Order: sequence, then structure tokens, then C-alpha cells
Amino acid sequence: MVNYIARRLIGILPVLIGITLITFFVIHLSPGKPTRLQAEMSPKISLEAREKLDKLYGLDKPVHIQYWEWVRRLARFDLGKSFVDDRPVSQKIGERLPVTIAINVLSLALIFLAAVPIGITSAVKEGTAYDRISTVFVFIGFAMPTFWLALLLMNLFGVHLGWLPISGIKSIDFEDYNLLEKFMDLARHLALPVFVSAFVGLAGISRYMRTSMLEVLNKDFIRTARAKGLPENIVIYKHALKNALLPIVTIIGLSIPGLIGGSVIFESIYAIPGMGKLFYDSVMARDYPVIMGVLFIGAILTLIGNLVADVVYAYVDPRIRVSGR
Amino acid sequence: MHIKISRFVGIFLFIVWGHAPLGWSQYGDAIVTASIGDASTLIPILASDSSSAEICGLIYNGLIKYDKNLNLEGELAESWEIKDGGLVIIFHLRKGVRWHDGEPFTARDVEFTYLKLIDPNVKTPYSGDFERVKSLEVLDEHTVKVTYKEPFSPGLSSWGMGIMPKHLLENEDLSSTKYARDPVGTGPYRFKEWKTGEKIVLVSNPDYYEGRPFINRYIYRIIPDQATTFLELQTQGVDQIGLTPLQYSRQTDTPFFRKYYRKYKYPSFGYAYMGLNLRDAKFSDARVRLALDYAIDKDEIITGVLLGLGRVSTGPFPPESWACNKDIKPVPYDPVKAKELLREAGWEDRDGDGILDKDGQKFKFTIMTNQGNDPRKTASEIIQRRLRDIGIEAEVRIIEWATFLSEFIDKGKFEAVIMGWSLSRDPDCYDIWHSSKTRPGEFNFVGYNNAEVDKLLLEGRREYGQEKRREIYNRINKLIFDDHPYIFLYVPDALPIVHERFKGIEPAPAGIGYNFIKWYVPKREQRYTRW
Repeated sequence: MVNYIARRLIGILPVLIGITLITFFVIHLSPGKPTRLQAEMSPKISLEAREKLDKLYGLDKPVHIQYWEWVRRLARFDLGKSFVDDRPVSQKIGERLPVTIAINVLSLALIFLAAVPIGITSAVKEGTAYDRISTVFVFIGFAMPTFWLALLLMNLFGVHLGWLPISGIKSIDFEDYNLLEKFMDLARHLALPVFVSAFVGLAGISRYMRTSMLEVLNKDFIRTARAKGLPENIVIYKHALKNALLPIVTIIGLSIPGLIGGSVIFESIYAIPGMGKLFYDSVMARDYPVIMGVLFIGAILTLIGNLVADVVYAYVDPRIRVSGR
Repeated sequence: MHIKISRFVGIFLFIVWGHAPLGWSQYGDAIVTASIGDASTLIPILASDSSSAEICGLIYNGLIKYDKNLNLEGELAESWEIKDGGLVIIFHLRKGVRWHDGEPFTARDVEFTYLKLIDPNVKTPYSGDFERVKSLEVLDEHTVKVTYKEPFSPGLSSWGMGIMPKHLLENEDLSSTKYARDPVGTGPYRFKEWKTGEKIVLVSNPDYYEGRPFINRYIYRIIPDQATTFLELQTQGVDQIGLTPLQYSRQTDTPFFRKYYRKYKYPSFGYAYMGLNLRDAKFSDARVRLALDYAIDKDEIITGVLLGLGRVSTGPFPPESWACNKDIKPVPYDPVKAKELLREAGWEDRDGDGILDKDGQKFKFTIMTNQGNDPRKTASEIIQRRLRDIGIEAEVRIIEWATFLSEFIDKGKFEAVIMGWSLSRDPDCYDIWHSSKTRPGEFNFVGYNNAEVDKLLLEGRREYGQEKRREIYNRINKLIFDDHPYIFLYVPDALPIVHERFKGIEPAPAGIGYNFIKWYVPKREQRYTRW
């Protein structure tokens, strides 16, 4: 097993180099310079001043030199500094991660809590009205534009009912609150964003769960279990579920990179300073170091997520381990 | 007797609370404003985006500023003298002004700010105006003498740049200093906190030289989505924003908004235009450009795009500016006249397909504008339709901003573009109109070249007297308007909305923000009292 993990880890390195190389050149291919955008087309900012800025940011050097310098910095665990405000990229990403991860973990938890039972029951009751209604329900969430649902809910709960705040993650007087008030304030602010992102993600997992459950229910050992007279509950929740959950383990592993990713539309609407907005703004401002930083961390997490999924899968399913050797 | 006294007190309190901000009782409350984007740095000479500039404006002071009627007045400089035909400016600085940390403000701070502005290792985009300074001498603690290489009148207003504290920033790298996110200035508000992407909070400076501002806290919330901002407005979650024309005329026309908010409207300091590439053979003929102006119905665009909340632009200066030539009348909508002019220029529909042609070439061109600006997109479509009426086929192309600038504007690869300028208060527009400013990346990208305008632009920069300058810029206004390098479209109105509890707002040519430190909320209407 250790051998297997070590081999996989070594295999990650060339993939990582490939990913950074391609992304670095691609983002430099997109037209527009960061210094030009910073100046926002203001006649007060002269061409000479902008040329000076290019030089100070090292943008006058050839792209391959710029890439080499980026890699050299990275070898010292330095992601560089943002062109927009000269702050370290790691710091800019670091301050946005907690809220992004919090929302993603909460909504992922909510998705699993809702989607697994929905998937199981609709598999067990395949073809019934319940199955059809739940299918329609999860697909409504899947198909509905996030921003539209978000705005409707904000209008309902924020403006008309006045139960929840419209946007942001904290109230203005948050610092003066006591612990309980702080917790309630955060919960009230996060309620809608978490609900919306969970609702739109429900379809995927519940359908996986349903398919995988259906597949298992048709297996011979289930027939055996039923034949030896076990109660239906035990057949489903002990024998079938254990096996049907296997593919879901893979999905959890693959969700790891998603935990740091955010949606720009969603974060803009709720005024949440998360990763999606950071990435989008960086792209629009051609803030190369930040773009590279986000993509690099995303790439690492994706590769590690794949590895974790494979390893866990091998661990819970002996069949894989045997053939993997 | 007892009753009389209490009645007297009652009347007194009524006067104090109900009318003017006389007593201590009017201090307090917070104002919450919303912005689409976050600031990037709070070092004034590095701040190039509007959010950073807005916050810097409250934390720092310049030597001079524009008053409510858009005339220059002293800020950190009490007064100034212009000598030697404009070569020398002597600033007499205000005494007794203190930085937020208590240190006195002196001429050394001005010198320090200047040296940073011209330092080649400082990432400031504003070095241009200051590189014309030959020397800056500190005559004494409160007097600074600036000598220019040649007279440069727009230079005076460049001293509105926020002055930075030497004692704190002297040994700092301005780009990465902690003071970029924890600034110390001399301005009416002190920095309190900045939560990236969330909010910036400022608190009033009790030591401010013009007196402590009445509103205790200034909260700058970052809400990237316009629809969200508007929902926040409906729950009174934000106090002040700029409205879109649609929000101004329709969505805020409800009993709720009439009760809780006040709307304001005044011309903004900018204009939208259709720029024509004068290097293009079609547009090098002045008759064609004039014909296009006749063919485009500016009023229709203002109605359609701004819902009437704007006015026709008549040249490179906004109507509120003293430089604007008030005698210029916009070119009226007259398609017949337009066709006549085009025929004179040789454009006629010879093959009967409805499109004008000349020497076998059809009159076709592309109007480009940037993505994310709906008014410009709508204006392009209206123009497209009107041009079709006179037999010109225009295609509209919307391009992402960065690509638009670098691939099309900078390289001169365009036929017509719809864009806008936001202007500084000084009318100097050398960089936009002088024939030397046509290199890639410079602002005269349409390739305008008029020897008389070139000469006048230089003269305008040498002259300090406003009357003399008015003459010069009025003439520039006329010349440029008659040449039609741009089809000047409209000056949009600024449409701020402010919660009704804020009193003391007095709209003036400069807008409403100029007397922000005098705004106040009567004690009993204050909303944010916990701090």
C-alpha cells in the first residue's frame, strides 16, 4: 500500500509541472496587461508611467523567463505578490479560504444528508410516485439558475418577511456581539447561501446514490439475504447500503478540490468574499500571480483528491486492492 | 415659573434637534455605503481604482481641493502664490494640523510625498504631472516652493494629491507597507478596519482641522451585485448608493422610497461618445463625420438609454465646467441633411441595395464597445438603427474590456468605438486631443490632428488666469466640436440616493459629497448607536 501511494505521489509531479506550464502560457496569451487595467483608462495616467509600472512588475521580460522566476519562487513556497495590491498571494488566498470552505463543507454535508436518503428511498421504491416526484424535485434544483433562486429567496426572506439579512456574512455591529449573538448572526447570514448551494447540488449525488443502490439491489447476494428471510430493513440498510456507498466514497474524494472553489455569481449576489470572486477579479485584472496561485492550489488538491479517493476505495473494497498490486 | 422654564427648554431643544447641528447631540450614527469593488491600497499615490481613491479621499488631505462651485481652494495649504509667470508656486501650509497619530503635519511631509511621486521605484501611476516639477524646496516648516520647468497650470490641481506622513512611511516600501492597509492621514476620518472583500470602516477624526465630522462611522460595504445592493436598500441595509437610471425613475418611485430616502440628480463629470478612427478613409472626410452627427438622434439615445436622465454632450467639457462653451448647440437630428452631406462626399446608393456606396465600396463599418456596459451597448444599437435609415450598415461588436483596450484601441484597429471619459476638474485635455499623443497606448487613439487645437492646448497649460483659460478652452471646445472627431453623445446624470435621516446635504455643481463632514443625523433618528 505504501509503495502504491509513493508511486502515485511521484507520478503527480510531472502532471503538476505540465498543468502550471500550460496555464501560465495560456493566461499570458490572453490579451491585455495588468498595468493597463489598473489605470482604468484615466487620462491622468501617462503612457510613460505605465511603461515604468511594466518594468517594476517584471512584465517587460519574455514569458519563459517570467515562468522560470515563478517556478523558482514556488520552490521556496512563495506564490509571489499580487499585481493589484502587492500583497502576498498566499495571504490573499488565505483570507478567503475559511468562508469558502465553511460554506462548501456545510452545503456538502447538507447535500449528503439529503441526497443519500432520497437516493436510497427512490431506488427502493423505484418507479413509484415518490421516485418520480423526488426526481423532478432534484432536477428542478439542478436546472434552476442559481442567481435567480438566490434573488427570489432574498426577496422573500429578506425584504418581504424580514427574517434573514440580505447579504454579507456578518452584521455591521458584529464585533460588539457576545458569543451566542455572533453565532446566531453568522447562522442567519449563512442560511440562504448554504441552502441555495446545497439545493442546486442535490441532483448529482442523489442520482448517483439511486443508480448505485439499484445496481446493488439486483445482485445475487441481496437475493440470498432475502431468501434466508432477513427483514427488508436489514437487507437494505446493512447489506445493500454498505456496497452501494462505495461509489459515493469516490465522489467525496473528488469533491475535495471543490471545497476551495467558489462560484463567482453566487458570491457576488450574497456579497461573500470567497475564492470564486477572488479568481474572477484576478482574471479580469490579469493579476497573473493570483491566477496562478489559485490554479496551482486547485491542481494540487484535485490530484490529491484523486489519490485519496483511490486509496480509500482500495481500503474499503478489498477487490480493488488485490487487482491494484 | 417652573412650567415656563420647561417650555423654554423644550423650545430650545426643538431648535437644537430639529434644525441645525448646533450641539454635541447631533454627533453620532454611521453611514453605510455600498460599492461594487473593494479598494486595493490606501496609499494615495498608488490608488488608481475608484474605490481606493474614494476611501483615500476621506483619510488624507491634499494641499488644495475643489470647492462646491468647482473652484480651487486651500486644504492643507492655507493659501498659495503663483510667481514668475507661473513657473513658481509657493504654498503656505496650514499650521496646527496633526496626523491621526498626533504628530504635526509639516512641509517635510509635502516634500516626502513629492519625492515618492517621482521616485522611479515607486509604482505610482500619477508621476506624469509631477515630472514637470524642476524642484521642490522647503522654505520653512510651513512653506513649500515648487518650481516648474515651464509654466504648467494643470499642475496646480495635481497638488490635490493626498499628502502622506513622512515620519511613518520614510523607511517603508510603499507597495507592501502595512500602512497601505492601516493608513494614517490628516483627513476627516480615521481608519478603523478593513475586511477584504467585505467592508472598510472609518471613524470620525475628533482632531480634524475643520472640526469633527458629525457622522461617527463611515462603513464602506463591498456588494458586487447591483440587484443585491438594491434589495439591501429596500431593507434600509445601506444608506447611500448611486442609482441606475431605471432604479431612479421606476424602481424607487414607491411610497417606501419616498418615505425613507432622498434622491439627487446632477450632471456627472464625464461624457459618452462615438469615436471615429480618423485614419480610416471613410471618416477622414469632415462632411461624413458631420453627416453621422446629423443622422444620430442624441435625444433618442438619452431617452432610450438614460430614461431622460442626462443631456446632450457638446464637446470635451461637461456642462458644469467653466471651460464648456455655452454657445455651442448640439447638431440636431436631421437624416435628410445627413444624406445630402453624404452625397456631397460621394456616397450614394448606386446599385439600389439600400446601402450607400462610393468607388464600388459599400458604407459599412463596425461599432465596438466594451462588454459589461449596458448603456453603451444600447446606444450602439440605437445608432445602428439610425444609420441604417440613411443607408449605412453598422455592425455592433461587444468585446471584453482588457481585450478591447489592448487589441483594438491601442493598436488603432477599429472603425468606430463607443466609449466615455470621466474627467478631472481641470479642463486640460492635452493627452486626449494633442496630435503628439497618438502612439499605441496613448489617449488620442482616434488620431485627431488640428494645429490650432495643438497650439491652444499648450497655451492653456501655460496660462493661470481663469478668464484667459476660459477663452482658450471655449475656443478648443468649438474647434473640436466642429471637427467631429467624436460624435459627442451624452453627459449622464449622477443619481445618488441617501437615507432621509441624513440632514445638511446641499447639492451644488460639485455634487453632494463635498460637505460630507457637515452631514448629520438628528439624535432621535440615529440608527447605529452601538459602538
